[in-house]
Amino acid sequence: MKSSFLTGCSGKLRPYSGSLFLAKGGQPPAAAVQDAPAQASRRTFLKGGAALMAAPLLMTSQKSFAALPPSPPTVPWQAILPDEITLVYGAPLSPAPTEAANIANGEAGRPPHQRWSEFGPQAEPYELHIAQRDDWVFNPSYPPQRTWTYQAAEPDLNTLAPVVFAHYGHPILCRIYNDLPAEHVGFGTPDVSTHLHNLHTGSESDGFPGDYYSLTKAGPTLTGPGGFKDHLYSNIYAGYDELGNGMGDYREALGTLFYHDHTTDFTSANIVRGLIGFYLLFDHLDSGDEHDPTPGALRLPSHPYDYPLGFADRRFDPNGILYYDQVSPEGVLGDKIVVNGKIEPVLQVARRKYRLRLLNEGPSRFYQFYLVRPNNVIQPFTYIANDGNLLETPLLNQTSVRLGVAERADIVVDFSRYPVGTELYVVNRLTHLPDDTRQPYQVVAPGVRVLKIVVNREPPEQDVSQVPSTLRPLRPLPTTAQLAALPVRRFLFERRQNMWAINGQFIDINVPRAVIPQGSAEIWELTSIDDGWDHPIHIHFEEGRILSKVINGRSVAVPPHERGRKDVFVIEGRATTRVLMRFRDYKGKYVMHCHNLIHEDHAMMMRFDIV
Amino acid sequence: MNTRRKLLTGMGAAACGLVAWQASTRLPAAAPAAEVTGATRFPNVTLYTHEGKQVKFYDDLIRGKVVALNMMYAQCERTCPTSTANLRQVQKLLGERAGREVFMYSLSLQPELDTPERLREYVKRYRIGPGWLLLTGARADIDLLRRHLGFFDVDPVVDFNDLSHTGMLRIGNDRLDRWTMAPTLTGPEQILSTINHVDTTVVHTAYRAPEPVSLG
Repeated sequence: MKSSFLTGCSGKLRPYSGSLFLAKGGQPPAAAVQDAPAQASRRTFLKGGAALMAAPLLMTSQKSFAALPPSPPTVPWQAILPDEITLVYGAPLSPAPTEAANIANGEAGRPPHQRWSEFGPQAEPYELHIAQRDDWVFNPSYPPQRTWTYQAAEPDLNTLAPVVFAHYGHPILCRIYNDLPAEHVGFGTPDVSTHLHNLHTGSESDGFPGDYYSLTKAGPTLTGPGGFKDHLYSNIYAGYDELGNGMGDYREALGTLFYHDHTTDFTSANIVRGLIGFYLLFDHLDSGDEHDPTPGALRLPSHPYDYPLGFADRRFDPNGILYYDQVSPEGVLGDKIVVNGKIEPVLQVARRKYRLRLLNEGPSRFYQFYLVRPNNVIQPFTYIANDGNLLETPLLNQTSVRLGVAERADIVVDFSRYPVGTELYVVNRLTHLPDDTRQPYQVVAPGVRVLKIVVNREPPEQDVSQVPSTLRPLRPLPTTAQLAALPVRRFLFERRQNMWAINGQFIDINVPRAVIPQGSAEIWELTSIDDGWDHPIHIHFEEGRILSKVINGRSVAVPPHERGRKDVFVIEGRATTRVLMRFRDYKGKYVMHCHNLIHEDHAMMMRFDIV
Repeated sequence: MNTRRKLLTGMGAAACGLVAWQASTRLPAAAPAAEVTGATRFPNVTLYTHEGKQVKFYDDLIRGKVVALNMMYAQCERTCPTSTANLRQVQKLLGERAGREVFMYSLSLQPELDTPERLREYVKRYRIGPGWLLLTGARADIDLLRRHLGFFDVDPVVDFNDLSHTGMLRIGNDRLDRWTMAPTLTGPEQILSTINHVDTTVVHTAYRAPEPVSLG
């Protein structure tokens, strides 16, 4: 009964699409080809009597809203990604950075930098500008159009966001100018707060959601507006105070980080506008130098063979212009996958090992990526890091990478196994139901090709990079008795009033929902009681260790790639994940939130304070 | 009586009330086809304020303004009383800006029951001050607005149940076509800062007490 009802009314089950795509009558457009058919709905609560009662209402509906039309067709494999990613380099800042906000010279009114005397004076200055440009081409089939970007002082116009290479022990002072037009019309806000996910840093540099700024606007947790704001990225390991060694615990190293706008209520819109980029962090083990002669250095494939790839789901209107629905409570599920700013681009590689750093930039789509030959035969690779953190040991002969929003995976692919001329594809086999941003649906072969990789050259020198059998050790977990003695905080993630709540409450940026003593360890129990949604939960400031997972009442093994440190915990359906958390070295206000950006902007976020 | 389902099946006292009110106000039963003005995102349907005034939704209430809109109904005993009390606090924080620079609107989810008279009683009961209009209208028009405001659930069972109605406050600056939302049940200062965010005349989004009036 359920399925026949749903099939019969499939056109009306998506009753809203935003005014831009109001149907003028006739058949609703076909669903995005890459996703599951509408009649395959598993909204299991739509049963029997309820469906019968609802049916007459659907029939009497006055208007017919069409499903969102698919993005116009694109011509694949036209855009060539650069062989080397664009880096941004340090340069002197004027005026010189200061501990307290330099309000007189135009800085936004942030609190003073924590640990300024330890890290401020020697911090290397960097400068980024958040800017609007009108000439970005996602695909040759679409017109040049408006995007928002992070740019160096002298921008490389081939990228929407240059990559920062940072090193442990070398603090960075990153000044981020907001050059967006205050009178911007359309989705997104020109007042911004850049979060560096997931650096271990003071809250005044964390990109707190309430710290958004522009020349004409001060977020609720700032004392005044400003055209720029300084961020002190100390690049210390967590455990700095605990170890007292001037560096922290190297077992807590982060590797693949990304910066993005985190403005309250507008994170999704502003990221769709383009405000997201990579920040890679290296240390003596993961030194970013495959020639590193230092004993113990891992010598993983390094720049330019260390290549970050950001995957973003986007929708385009019938004119090929980026589309976003500002009022839909479900957001917009992108049917085009933008890879480093391009739809269906080509990455040309040399015959050697590459470290590919994969990031799901969102807003809502989940992925399961495979590397395949043109005949769809799956190719193996080595999985070395999850959420940017190197695993204890590499996972060999892996065939897929699943990423919830904001999750990352570093993989090493050995292209020396292929002759020059070989073509490979990165495909996504994870589907969503049409326009369903709530959770992914099924893994379906052969999947959608989102990136073409062409082995087009011999390397200029012998490949000396390697993947050692051990990568980075983990701090041993506390004993069972020690764990049992830790305080436990429970967080319930649930649907509420057409939005999403944590412990029954919605975001209030002024009120901490948890106050945590600095230096403490706690167990956070993340629970969802609804099976209609998946929630990739991100906790700012420190990584966590998954202690246990229970899904639908059954204890499940923690998969190998999740046995390291994580900063995103995907709560799938009815599930509880227990996480060991520590809160070290800094104080201040931070947030935990769902990184499905629609859920985040519809209030599934809470402030916690470290005191 | 709390669900549109019951109302729309045409049974019970609700339907009688509907007929009576429509007779007394000569409100059209439903607009045959809602007017969608060219460049705007909202239909320009006819509504009635709690003061009994006929207004066009887009032309009179939205165009060029900073607005905050939510949905409620007079009989709601679950979330509406708390939401209304909370929004009353927001209105107080807005002070003289309410009704001049920032316009608050509440749309009835039960337009058949919520006549302008009933909404006027509601305004009195909750001591809702000036600058905040409660609105009713034809069912079809309200439904259309509800969808254009994002006040719906894609699951029809949830969508047609008034008990699970949206708790969002749609907040926007029409001049800049900049739209967002805040939960009506979060802190009043949080709601205020979201309103202040989209209001480009406001620099500090946090609540700031008004300057004391000089007596000299």
